[in-house]
This record gives sequence, structure tokens and C-alpha cells, in this order.
Amino acid sequence: MISLGLDVGSRTIVLVAMDEGIADSVILETGVNPLRRCQELLAERSYQKLVITGYGRHLVSSALGGETVSEIRSYAVGAKYLYPDCCTVIDVGGQDCKVTLLSAEGEMLKFEMNDRCAAGSGKFLEVMSKTLEVDIGGFSDLALGASRVVHINSLCTVFAESEVVSLISRGVESSAIAMALHEAIAARITSMVRRIGARDRVVFAGGAALNKCLCRLVSEKLDIEITVPPEPQIVGALGAALIAKAGAHFQNAVIEETKPRAFK
Amino acid sequence: MTTTDNRQMWEELGIDLKKHDMLMNALPPIYKEIYLSQKSRPKGMGFFDFVVGDIHGIRVQELRQHAKNGTIVVATYCVFVPDEIILAAEAIPVGLCAGAQFSVPIAEEVLPRNTCALIKSSFGFKLGRICPYVQTSHLIVGETTCDGKKKMFEILSESHPVYVMEVPNKKTQLSRELWRGEVKSFKDVIEKKTGNKITADKLAKATKLVNDRRRALQRLYKARQSNPVPISGKDALLVTQVSFYDDVSRCIQQVNALCDELEKRIADGKGVFPSNAPRILISGSPMAIPNWKLHHILETAGAVVVCEESCTGTRMFSDLVPETGGTLEEQIKAIADRYIQIHCACFTPNEERLDDILRLAREYKVDGIVHYNLQFCHTYANEAVKVERALAKEGIPLLRVETDYSDEDAGQLRTRIDAFLEMIRR
Ligand code: SF4
Ligand code: SF4
Repeated sequence: MISLGLDVGSRTIVLVAMDEGIADSVILETGVNPLRRCQELLAERSYQKLVITGYGRHLVSSALGGETVSEIRSYAVGAKYLYPDCCTVIDVGGQDCKVTLLSAEGEMLKFEMNDRCAAGSGKFLEVMSKTLEVDIGGFSDLALGASRVVHINSLCTVFAESEVVSLISRGVESSAIAMALHEAIAARITSMVRRIGARDRVVFAGGAALNKCLCRLVSEKLDIEITVPPEPQIVGALGAALIAKAGAHFQNAVIEETKPRAFK
Repeated sequence: MTTTDNRQMWEELGIDLKKHDMLMNALPPIYKEIYLSQKSRPKGMGFFDFVVGDIHGIRVQELRQHAKNGTIVVATYCVFVPDEIILAAEAIPVGLCAGAQFSVPIAEEVLPRNTCALIKSSFGFKLGRICPYVQTSHLIVGETTCDGKKKMFEILSESHPVYVMEVPNKKTQLSRELWRGEVKSFKDVIEKKTGNKITADKLAKATKLVNDRRRALQRLYKARQSNPVPISGKDALLVTQVSFYDDVSRCIQQVNALCDELEKRIADGKGVFPSNAPRILISGSPMAIPNWKLHHILETAGAVVVCEESCTGTRMFSDLVPETGGTLEEQIKAIADRYIQIHCACFTPNEERLDDILRLAREYKVDGIVHYNLQFCHTYANEAVKVERALAKEGIPLLRVETDYSDEDAGQLRTRIDAFLEMIRR
């Protein structure tokens, strides 16, 4: 049986196919017509079950069918599957940042998610890297090369951008500014993690987890080791696929799958 | 009444017709999507649909008719302003709506952006001349419940007669005395404005009337304690919202008729949501009409809102004024003492609100609580810290939401609400 998990995010669309284990995964840019993207992706495949997550989940499921699950839950399930001892999940995606606390059995106990603004999300990093004229891939390396410390006080994307502009005009080198921006977003993420009271093991997933500088700063600030899965962007789609696989009573079924002994 | 009559009336009221048309055209499709699409609604909601469908028509016409006959119309924003006093002077109280995004950008031309949406919305309605209720009213009564409103009223008073009541910040003996004095002065102000003397007899009658409205709403909320719940949270919220500005006697009658139907539904075990739908209590800032955003997201996500611990909810009607009669002074004191019992976050300390939330959570058998905070409302935002602690201690799941009237964050809210429901669903 093939179960599909589809994560329709603001930046990327991720598909994970499962039979016994992970059979296949695909990552595409979301583009301007996510529905068509998903249609094309699914048209090529045969599958028995589909669960959709991500901010576009309701749009896609009402057009193409399939159950929906929030990204918060799908990330939790995916992370727990990869690391059965995971108790905290940090997921920094395109538009938001979420931190979820899990019980040993994998139940969601609590979560935090940023309100309205994009501060502390992948979007923030993207906007700022543009302002500094580096591509998002090189942004982390640029920051890691900083040789002095400056500060960005504002977490608001709009205000931070004007702070950046004024730092540039004062002749501050872009590596230091890049570092300051990483510091700002890491501070935002860690304050959310602290609010929730993180417990070991902490898994950092989502697209922004590809950013080494950010991972390092979050880990330093929390003074805790964090685990970044090999493909951090697919964790949500993986969770959705697991939920699809487990069927209607997914909560219990998935827990059994991940924690065969601890459950009951 | 025909549309042309309405247009003429709006014109006479000095309404900015162009803007007003935009607002009026925006409302029906929203109402259709949010309200009329609901399944198995009680028949008794028909009246409320009608009122909203003609929101700036028939009721305004009524008020204008009264005004032409010499009756004074008094507009209010907050549940601290005692309707009893207004009614006893044969004036008409109308609660103003301040729940529309439409007037927010207009207000932002003057007020700071980081002001709560309720303040901006109400101010924008006056500034933009789009609210026929404000235009019909002879006096706006404000209060000092928060700094933003307090200062907004100063600016508002440049374009409309405004009177501000001072609500104290503590519930000490001294504060109580100040508030009694405030209610008494309010009586004088209203008497002067209307030219009518408030007698003990009239005040006792008005008190009974306002209590009857409270009783009707209590009855409605009581029905919501049943499982399955006979009415959606959205519909119940609408009833509360309409009760702020509709004619008091008619409102009582309509709410009671609705309750008859709901009680029949309960007896038949009929509900609007399956009995395993997560039951949610919303607590926090008020939701003025047409602010239905949070209820709508929750209820389309499969939950049902069973109670609002808010000023468009229990804080409006849970306490009655004792109907013991007595002299005018005694009655005014009883009224003042009832109003200062409202557990608004403007008070410090305000531990009673925490007790209320816990009690309501039990009474309505809720599965989770959503703390609703209008962005930039600092009293409720800070009090949420204590709410969070109190609920954690009792093991009641809580989701804190901070938002405004715009739709920008609907996606994010939906994600948080979906996840919250996944968490509490058994
Ligand atoms: S929250 Fe406080 S200030 Fe606002 S309407 Fe209620 S009582 Fe008045
Ligand atoms: S919601 Fe808060 S900030 Fe807004 S008017 Fe009411 S008390 Fe003031």
C-alpha cells in the first residue's frame, strides 16, 4: 500500500511516499499556482491514501481530496518517527515558526507559534538576504564569517530592514549585519522554545534548519544540543504520510508505530 | 421600507454615501458565507438575520422616529455604562458596533496604528461618517477603562457630544464610592440632556427591564451548556451583539422565543454539532458586531464555541441588579455596585476573572479555552499570563490568540486552531 504525505508550504511543496518505509520524496517550489503543482505531482502516481498538511492544505484538499492535518502535528509525528526520543520540535518554515512539546508517547502537549508577523520565519531571512544581496544559500556562510558584533533590535521585518539599511550606510560590513540578523531571529526562536519549556531531544526541522548559522546560534542560546534531520524540509510531509498510513485513528496508530514498547 | 427611503435617511444623517455603499455591499456576501451557510440553524435566528440584513435601515429609522418625537438617543461602547439610567430618563441606549475592519484604515489617518482595532474601528466610523447610529445619537458615553479609549474620546468629542464616565482601577471601598458618585453624576447628565426627571419608580421599572434582558441572555447561555449544543457559537454571539443595540423589550421577546425553540431541541436531543465536537470557551476582549472571525474559524474547523467570557458574553449579563426598589439613592447605589462587579481587565487585581473562567469551564463542560486578545490591548494581554497559569494548574488546555479585524492572519490562525483541536480531541 502506498500512502502519500503532501506538505503545501508557502515556499515549497514536499511529497513523501511511504510503503513499509520512506519510498520516495520530492521537493518543488510552490510558485504562484500551488494547486496545479499538486495536481501534476499527484497525477503521476498511484496511491491508496493521501494526507495533506501545510498552509495550503485546505485549498488543496477541497480540490483534490485527501484528509488534512496541521503542520504542527505533522511535524511532530514526522520528528517522532525519525527520532523516537524527540520531545521538542522546532519548525521554522517559510512564513512562521512553531515549537511543539511532545510527551514521551508522542502526544502534543503544548505548542507556540508566532502571531501574524513574519519575524522569526524563513521569510524574514529571505527578505534580509535580498537586502544584503546574497542568495539565501550563502547567507549563513556570510554570517559565520563575521568578525565583529553589531545588533539589530527590531524583530519586525519592516523595521529590521530599515535598521539594516542604516547599518549599511554607516559602512558596517555585510557579514556583521548578516550575523546580527541571524542573532535576532535565533533570539526570537529561543524565546519561544523557553516559553514552552523545551526537553531533550530537540529536533530542528523545516527549511530554515538548512541554515547552519541559525542552528548553531539556537543551540548555543539554549545551551542544548539540537538535532537536525538529514532532510529537514521533508519532516512535515513525512508526518502526513505516516498519518495517512495509520488511517483513521492515526493518533494511537502512529504512536504505536514509533514507540512500540512505551505505548500502553 | 424601501432602499430609496434608506438612502434619503442616510443622506439626511450626513452619511458619506460612497463609503457607506462600499460597506453595505461588503456585508451581505460575508454574512451569507459565515451565517447563512450554517446547517440546521434555529428558526428563531430569522429575526436576527433580518436585523443584520437591514442593519442600517429599519432600526435607524425607528431611532430617528423617536428622535423626531423628542427622545434622546445615547450611544455607548462599554458594558460599564448603565442602561438603566438611560432608560429611566426615557432615552434610548444603543451599543455602537466597533467590530468592522472597514473603518480601521480611516481611523489610522489620525490615530496611532498600534491602537486596538476596537478603538480604531469605532473612531473610524465617526470620522468617516459611515455609521448611522452614531449620526443619530445625541450623546456618546465613553468610559476610562483603557488609555487608548480615554484619549480617543477626547478627539471624538471634537466632532460629537461626548460624556466620559470614570471607571476606577481598583475595587477598594474608596473606588466603590468614586464609582457610585460617577453613576450619580451620570444620572444628572442624562436628566439634563433629556429634560426628564428620573424617579425611583421609573428607575425600578428600567432596572426590571434591563434585568429581563439579562435573564433572557442567561437562558440562552444555559441552553448552550447542553450536549449536543442546540445553537452554534456564531449564532449565540450574534444574539448578544444585536442585544446591544436593538429595542430592549423586543429583544427580550425574541431571545425568549429563540430559547423556547432551543429548549425543545434539547428535550429532543437535537444539536447543531455532533456531541463529540470539541467544546470551546472563548475568554478575553469583546467581539463587537460584525467581528465573527474567531468563532467562524473555530466552527469551520469542527469545534463549537459554547460560551464567551467577555463583554459580548457573560460579563454583560451574568449579574443582575437587585430589584429591591427603595429610594432613588438606594437604587443608584445598587446599580453602581452591580456594575463595579464586572471583571474587566482594567481592574487590578482582577482575580475574580480567573475564578469566572474556571467556573465557566466546568459549567459549560469545555474541552479547551481560547484566550482572545485584540492586538495592542495591553490589559487583556498581560492578564493572559495569569489566565495561562491558572489553567495550567487545573490542566485545562489553552490557546492564546492575538489578532485584529483584518483577514491577513486567517491562515496562521487556522493552523494554530487546527493544531489545538488535534491536541484536545479525544
Ligand atoms: S473589556 Fe472592559 S473596557 Fe472593554 S467593553 Fe468590556 S468592560 Fe468595557
Ligand atoms: S479591547 Fe482593550 S485596548 Fe481595546 S478598547 Fe477594549 S480595553 Fe481598550
